[in-house]
Amino acid sequence: MRLKVLLPLLVFALIAGALYAGLSLRPRDIPSALIGKPVPAFELPPVQGRNAGLSTADLTKGEPSLVNVFASWCAPCRIEHPVWVELAKTKEVPIHGLNWKDQPQAASRWLETFGDPYTRTGADISGRVAIDWGVYGAPETFVVAGDGTIMCKYISVVTREMLDEKILPMLRDLKRTGKTSRSC
Amino acid sequence: MTAELGHFALVLALAVALVQSTLPLVGAWTGNVAWMALGRTAALAQAALALIAFAMLTVAFVGSDFSVVNVAQNSHSLKPMLYKVAGVWGNHEGSLLLWVTILALFGAAVAVFGGNLPMSLRARILSVQGMIGIGFLLFILLTSNPFLRLDPAPVDGNGLNPLLQDPGLAFHPPLLYLGYVGLSVAFSFAVAALIEGRVDPAWARWVRPWTLVAWCFLTLGIALGSYWAYYELGWGGWWFWDPVENASFMPWLAATALLHSAIVAEKRDALKSWTILLAIIAFSLSLLGTFLVRSGVLTSVHAFATDPARGVFILIFLCLVVGGSLALYSFRAGELKAGGLFAPMSREGALVLNNLLLATATGSVLLGTLYPLFLDAITAEKVSVGPPFFNAVFVPLMTPLVVAMAVGPLLAWKRGDLAGALQRLKFAFAAAAIAVLAGWWWLADGPVLALLGLGLFAWVTVGVIVEWAERVGLGRVALRDSLNRALNLPRAAYGMSLAHLGIALTVLGITASSAWQREVLTILKPGDKVDVGSYTLTFEGARQMRGPNYTALQGSFAVAKGGQHLYVLQPETRRFPQPPMDTTEAAIESTLAGDLYVVIGEPDGKGGYAARLYWKPLVIWIWLGAVAMAAGGVVSLTDRRHRVGAPSRQRAQAAAAPAE
Repeated sequence: MRLKVLLPLLVFALIAGALYAGLSLRPRDIPSALIGKPVPAFELPPVQGRNAGLSTADLTKGEPSLVNVFASWCAPCRIEHPVWVELAKTKEVPIHGLNWKDQPQAASRWLETFGDPYTRTGADISGRVAIDWGVYGAPETFVVAGDGTIMCKYISVVTREMLDEKILPMLRDLKRTGKTSRSC
Repeated sequence: MTAELGHFALVLALAVALVQSTLPLVGAWTGNVAWMALGRTAALAQAALALIAFAMLTVAFVGSDFSVVNVAQNSHSLKPMLYKVAGVWGNHEGSLLLWVTILALFGAAVAVFGGNLPMSLRARILSVQGMIGIGFLLFILLTSNPFLRLDPAPVDGNGLNPLLQDPGLAFHPPLLYLGYVGLSVAFSFAVAALIEGRVDPAWARWVRPWTLVAWCFLTLGIALGSYWAYYELGWGGWWFWDPVENASFMPWLAATALLHSAIVAEKRDALKSWTILLAIIAFSLSLLGTFLVRSGVLTSVHAFATDPARGVFILIFLCLVVGGSLALYSFRAGELKAGGLFAPMSREGALVLNNLLLATATGSVLLGTLYPLFLDAITAEKVSVGPPFFNAVFVPLMTPLVVAMAVGPLLAWKRGDLAGALQRLKFAFAAAAIAVLAGWWWLADGPVLALLGLGLFAWVTVGVIVEWAERVGLGRVALRDSLNRALNLPRAAYGMSLAHLGIALTVLGITASSAWQREVLTILKPGDKVDVGSYTLTFEGARQMRGPNYTALQGSFAVAKGGQHLYVLQPETRRFPQPPMDTTEAAIESTLAGDLYVVIGEPDGKGGYAARLYWKPLVIWIWLGAVAMAAGGVVSLTDRRHRVGAPSRQRAQAAAAPAE
């Protein structure tokens, strides 16, 4: 009798344990099929008013880089933007902007207002290229090795700490040896 | 100023909830009447404060006050007024505020309409209700404050997700929450009874109308959400076994079981401990749904913007509420005296079968929903079990349930006569056989499951009529007497019949629309003709047009049947700039016989357009069935015994004679 009435509690404890494990698993990190693969083939014109567009060739020139998916309509992008502007000042690594499903004037105005940290920009107005990149939200940030291999994908806002603790050490490895043993 | 007022009202509500959850409980313990009475005042005050907070957020949305972060992120000045208002609950923070507001309103309703409850029970119920309130108010104030300001304020807002800009979805969340949160009352009743250590027929009789109210709202909320998915997502589907749909379906299954087990507890003083457990489980599943939607643990199209801090908070809250109440249950359930005995073949027996099947169904959905999570936790594999699992599990569970649904009401309490009941159901047998044969003859290639569905529909429909005829003595007594009896049948009896008919109708809709659907997927150039079902559609071309806050590609299809022009269908693909998103607006011609469903897609660049055309026979009955179920619940609620003769403990025990 005692055991029978305890059963619901035990079942719940099991479920709660799984839910707790689930929280720490960060299920939003749906493993990107692209990690370890070369960047997809694409070629995009620059955001209105800029000269350098973005294509596969620009990411395979031997220098590691960051590709940041952004849009003027995306509020979190505005939160992380100062991080990129700061990083751009150090000239440590090229940051490329993939402008996702944006209106040309809006994107251009946005970069003029908040600063333009991007070495190259690609205006993906229809969102087709972003599909090949496996983008499903903005902002997202990819770490790309010098040979064009996608090393990491960060979903949502990149913070100063993430940059200092994860992204920059990895980029420095890549710059020095072309390889890294660090995890994302 | 409004935002600050709203924030302040929430803080005050928290203070009131603290009082509400402690003093009446202590009062009930020590017999302090003044402290017990405080529960009522506190519940009313909490409702007033929650309403003020909700009104303040609504004012901010209606006035497009973009200095409030929540408004800036989820509204836009060009949005039509309906969606400015609906935007209040179209986001995480606002929808939580709606939760709290509804919770407080239910608390106030218990305070106002619970006059017939014993004072100590009411005080304890309101205390438990206050405790749930504390949890949600803390959740809002600590992690999800909708009243935060933004400086500088943006010129315009981000806009509401265009998929949500739809009248159906404007009302879907409030209905669903009325259901979810309504179950909190049943939960509070159960916990209060456990604290009191007393469950009797009177308790079951009090708890049932509250469960029924919640169940009606939940039924309508789920149906509306499903109907929205049907016409707005443009896939022609209406149920996807998505984790969030499951999150609303599990409490519904549990609440349905609870409604039935409470009858046994009321009439026969049996299944008491089980009924208490179901009341706890039903609300726990509502909370679990909240956790799943807002923690980001499972990926779903419905998931709100997620935040790990929120997930941890809800999980702790979930553990306190569910773990606490189940622990209390395990302490007290042993002390509940088991009630009357009954034979397996009896009304009670049928209701136990109903409960077994519904509980298994609930467990299966829970397993299917959480299995990906378990697997991920153990093996780090990511999977989705999807519709194949649920369909495979559901049909075998629902079939006996629906079969028994016609038999149960014909069985007597205590000891029923199965042979006699089946004997009386001979017409239902005949109807089911005819339906299966007709279906087979008419559409010989139809899947076997479709024949089963047709048979079940006929079985239940005729079974319900037979049961009604039995009650009024049709054919056994003079017609005038039958009529008299029909007029004097308790409303609860009609409510049950209506709800059971609703199930039959939904089964019919599901069966017909899935088995005999016609689907055409093609590229059309202007002037092309397509046959769908018995209709001929002529594509007349497509044009660009402007809406209030979107641009659209609109196609025109002239529909004819037998060479006769009927009407023009104009499906659209809408492009919203803010936030950028495309939505499909299927053109649907809905009739009771079936829906013609047309979706226009991308141009192929060579003058053609992708189009999907469906004929879905009887599909509307899926939702009309749900409406009938909810209507049955409402009819049952208007039964005399809920209005007249406030049951007292002694009288209720005396009145154990079947009133149904």
